[in-house]
Amino acid sequence: MIRTTRAFLAVLAAAALGVAGCAGSSGNVATSTPVATSSSVGSAGAAPSTESSSSSAPSSSGSSSTAPTSTAPSSTAPSSTAPSSSGSSSSAPSGGELSGTVTVFAAASLQKTFDDLTATFEKEHPGVDVQVSYDGSSTLVTQLTQGAEADVFASADQKNMTKATDAGLVTGTPTIFATNTLQIAVKPGNPKGITDLASLAKSGVATVVCAPEVPCGSAARTALDAAGVTLDPASEEQKVTDVLTKVAEGDADAGLVYKTDVSGSGGKVEGIDFKESAEAVNSYPISVLKAAPNPSAAAAFVDVVTGAEGQKTLTAAGFGAP
Amino acid sequence: MVPAGLGIALLLLPLVALLAKADWAQLPAALGSRPVLLALWLSLRCGLLATAVCLVLGIPLALLLARREGWWIRLLRTLVTVPLVLPPMVGGIALLYLLSTQGLIGQYLFEWFGTRIAFSTLAVVLAETFVALPFLVLTLEGALRSLGDRFETVAATLGAGRTTTLFRVTLPLLRPALLSGTALCFARALGEFGATALFAGNKEGVTRTMPLAIYTEFNGGGDGTDTAVAMSLLLVVVALLILFAVRPRRSVW
Repeated sequence: MIRTTRAFLAVLAAAALGVAGCAGSSGNVATSTPVATSSSVGSAGAAPSTESSSSSAPSSSGSSSTAPTSTAPSSTAPSSTAPSSSGSSSSAPSGGELSGTVTVFAAASLQKTFDDLTATFEKEHPGVDVQVSYDGSSTLVTQLTQGAEADVFASADQKNMTKATDAGLVTGTPTIFATNTLQIAVKPGNPKGITDLASLAKSGVATVVCAPEVPCGSAARTALDAAGVTLDPASEEQKVTDVLTKVAEGDADAGLVYKTDVSGSGGKVEGIDFKESAEAVNSYPISVLKAAPNPSAAAAFVDVVTGAEGQKTLTAAGFGAP
Repeated sequence: MVPAGLGIALLLLPLVALLAKADWAQLPAALGSRPVLLALWLSLRCGLLATAVCLVLGIPLALLLARREGWWIRLLRTLVTVPLVLPPMVGGIALLYLLSTQGLIGQYLFEWFGTRIAFSTLAVVLAETFVALPFLVLTLEGALRSLGDRFETVAATLGAGRTTTLFRVTLPLLRPALLSGTALCFARALGEFGATALFAGNKEGVTRTMPLAIYTEFNGGGDGTDTAVAMSLLLVVVALLILFAVRPRRSVW
């Protein structure tokens, strides 16, 4: 019995390794021992980068609750990094001390701006590889509370950051770095003649919103309540980009998304302002996480986002000032 | 005849629509892009590993279920079938509560060894194994039952030991079922979405397999639609290849 399975295993492991042979620099799953329960596989959350695998080693602190947090609160720049207000890398010998991987969990609405800021950051700190996971803020909080490893969390509203803070995941006080306002996204040309929230409730208009747990969903609910409109949405999505897709693809007539999503859509959708949006402005907090494997680089990344460089990028994308 | 025609239409027209939507000129570029290659490579690796684990655990389990009798075997078979009928999302949540850093077992793994299983590549392999294993076990068990144990009995009377019998009689007889079962198991693992999304998350290069990449690209606000379509086509081709590989002997081809 055992020998049979070994033979099969050998064949399949060989196949797996054969595939492994033609891989460039990707993650380091121990293909040689498929059923290994050793931490070498467990920690295979290694980025597909050429970084040394040491960055993926699990934090060896006994448990997450007693993890030493040597980071300063994110609002004050740690001494190892350049002051964030400079916005340039010439003022201090930055990058020399920072290395490894920084894993950032960021709200889906931040994708375009954070992609830019990540590129900027990696240019300033050549030794650092930034990995960003974009998803609905509520999904990200769930993953963090379930033990997903990350260095930085950027949420699209206070509520989800509070969830993370209450769960003891955050170190220091989260910094608000941007605000965002809702718009009604419609097909270019506005064929349904949408003018305000009330026109979303008309029959024949399929409206898509975010689920109430997601920041864009709770903001939508606040705005709709302020307008006194009862909406029967065609779908409740898990992240704002899902709503945008539904409208851009024509699967829905209208969707409640952020201003920044509309301006970032490249003309795929058109934005309609409505007056109740002022009642539901979202604030975006960012924070270094308590269990961050790379706290110094994490703090440096937060500094870039909250600093002049980040603010310039965010404003250009249509975000409001904090 | 009309219902049959409607059935065929329902099964085939979506694929036709997918083909019609494809931007053939851009296809090579889309398939060669970094997100696609990362997802494809991860999917292949995890799918092969999950299939290997399924074989190692599945063959003995199938032999046990097919060759023993009794109420506890019937109970065991029911339990093995559960993940097959379970929505994969439920499997994902269950795996999370078992192996996350606060999970039933995961908390000790984390406390003693610092091992984080959830949201790692290993989690993808485990999620895929969880959904694909029953598939393989039931395929093999059915084949073993229809084979009967006559040949094994004869081999035993001729003095063959258990290991010899297994290698020289049972497994060769089982080969067609083993091949098709393995291929279908691999296909099932490759297509796994729900359990992976909840238990492994969605991190590029680490846990973002092809199905998750399709979901992510398609929902990226319309930017990645073409990439999502390209990847979907690739998976359709893979599915066809697998079906072609496991086609029955007396097939139409």
